[in-house]
Amino acid sequence: MSQQLYLSSSPHIHSGETTAKVMRAVIYSLLPACGVAVYFFGPSALSVLLIATLGCLATEVVCQRLMGQPVTIADGSAAITGILLALNLPPSSPWWMTLFGAVVAIAIGKQVYGGLGSNPFNPALVARVVLLISFPVQMTTWSAPAPFGSGLDLVTTATPLGEWKNAVMLTGQMPAEMQGSMMNYFLGNMPGSIGEISALALLLGAAYLFYRRILTWHIPTAFIGTVILLSGLFWLINPEKYPNPVFHMVTGGLILGAFFMATDMVTTPVSTRGMLLFGVGCGLLTVLIRLFGGYPEGVSFAILLMNAATPLIDRYTRPKTFGTLQQEKVQ
Amino acid sequence: MTLNQDFRKGFWRENAVFRLLLGLCPALAVTTSAENGLGMGLATTFVLVCSNIVVSSLRKVIPAKVRIPSFIVIIASFVTVVQLCMEAYVYDLYKALGIFIPLIVVNCLILGRAEAFASKNRLLPAVADGMGMGLGFTLALFVLGAVRELFGSGTLLGYAVFGSSYQPLLLMILPPGAFIAMGLLLAGMNLLDARQR
Repeated sequence: MSQQLYLSSSPHIHSGETTAKVMRAVIYSLLPACGVAVYFFGPSALSVLLIATLGCLATEVVCQRLMGQPVTIADGSAAITGILLALNLPPSSPWWMTLFGAVVAIAIGKQVYGGLGSNPFNPALVARVVLLISFPVQMTTWSAPAPFGSGLDLVTTATPLGEWKNAVMLTGQMPAEMQGSMMNYFLGNMPGSIGEISALALLLGAAYLFYRRILTWHIPTAFIGTVILLSGLFWLINPEKYPNPVFHMVTGGLILGAFFMATDMVTTPVSTRGMLLFGVGCGLLTVLIRLFGGYPEGVSFAILLMNAATPLIDRYTRPKTFGTLQQEKVQ
Repeated sequence: MTLNQDFRKGFWRENAVFRLLLGLCPALAVTTSAENGLGMGLATTFVLVCSNIVVSSLRKVIPAKVRIPSFIVIIASFVTVVQLCMEAYVYDLYKALGIFIPLIVVNCLILGRAEAFASKNRLLPAVADGMGMGLGFTLALFVLGAVRELFGSGTLLGYAVFGSSYQPLLLMILPPGAFIAMGLLLAGMNLLDARQR
């Protein structure tokens, strides 16, 4: 009698997918972006990545110990938060700022709400915005890329979006030289945060997640589609002032945000209609903040604001229960 | 309840900010520094004690149906006194607190004590209650202001605490910092309470 009779309610067939497996796949999908960052920014990017990831893991252990819960760093969710946080920081981030961000992400962004699955906001973005508001100088000191073998140290400069915003605020015109280098932007040869620079590497990672069916098309398509439509509209109205939609796509954190942070399972709607709505909202807010807001980049604010709206979206897009009539018909 | 108990309950067990969660608007809005918190707390304490005295003395005269408007008129009179005094004697603090001084009128802590305590108790307990609640409120605002000032500007009551290499955590003196600091302090108090039990 070594076998016990095992009683449980449905479902009885398990796909074998676990949190740890999903998280591991997401980590793999982020590796190309990390690789490109280390290629373009060198050891400074690597150290930011390491500090953020180790900081998040350590904070998770400390928090869970303090609260007397089982330590769950093996599921990889804290590591992902750390990597995403690092990808959102400038390569020249001082070590204490990165570490502080990691502590904020896990302690205030995640564990105070009850840990994985209970946090209303994306922890990495919470930390990024806390750092952006607290340390505006360090968070907006960007470096020009200096690929391996070029013999350059990092040079401080502005991001393409920042450059555009400054020019428009001063002269009302877009700087002329910004139109040319789309291919460089696409490959990642531009100043920016560690992870946002290479659209190509991010798309490679996203393709892997699509292949593993961890990502569905709804949020990224709605998000990027809205940005293209709305920014295209402004571009058609005044191409002298507003950059074209391709520029919006390949500079800044749109690809990183749309594929890796607006698709966080915990903080986004569950129904397909809800996901589309969420994506459209993110796109609208991003373009509005980029074109008319005080900050040059709006992806992180847009996603956080839509995170806040997620419970409401979920409530209004709840699918009809099968087999029920609508209220009016019953009466 | 003795007078002593009436006085002491406001500091911890029924602390306005951290236990009753009353008067949160000034508690979150003006506590960007320990000094502001202290000033706001003391101004509120003065109004609270005075309004408790008047409400308690007049509790048999005020008809129940119009008690809330009567309380508001009484409170508003004392707030006007405080506002004019602050404008005359502590002008810098007056400017720092700004709109939140006239807004003491609608501080739900004061109206709450008038309704829940002063209108039902005799003069002396009402005074003790007003003092305790007001000083407890002041203490809460001072602590909240001190924490936010310490991390947000690296100073305490205007004196530099950390070395010059300290990077102030600007978030803490901005509105989100108020909520985060308040939440963490509340959690800390709950932890202490749970330990004692």
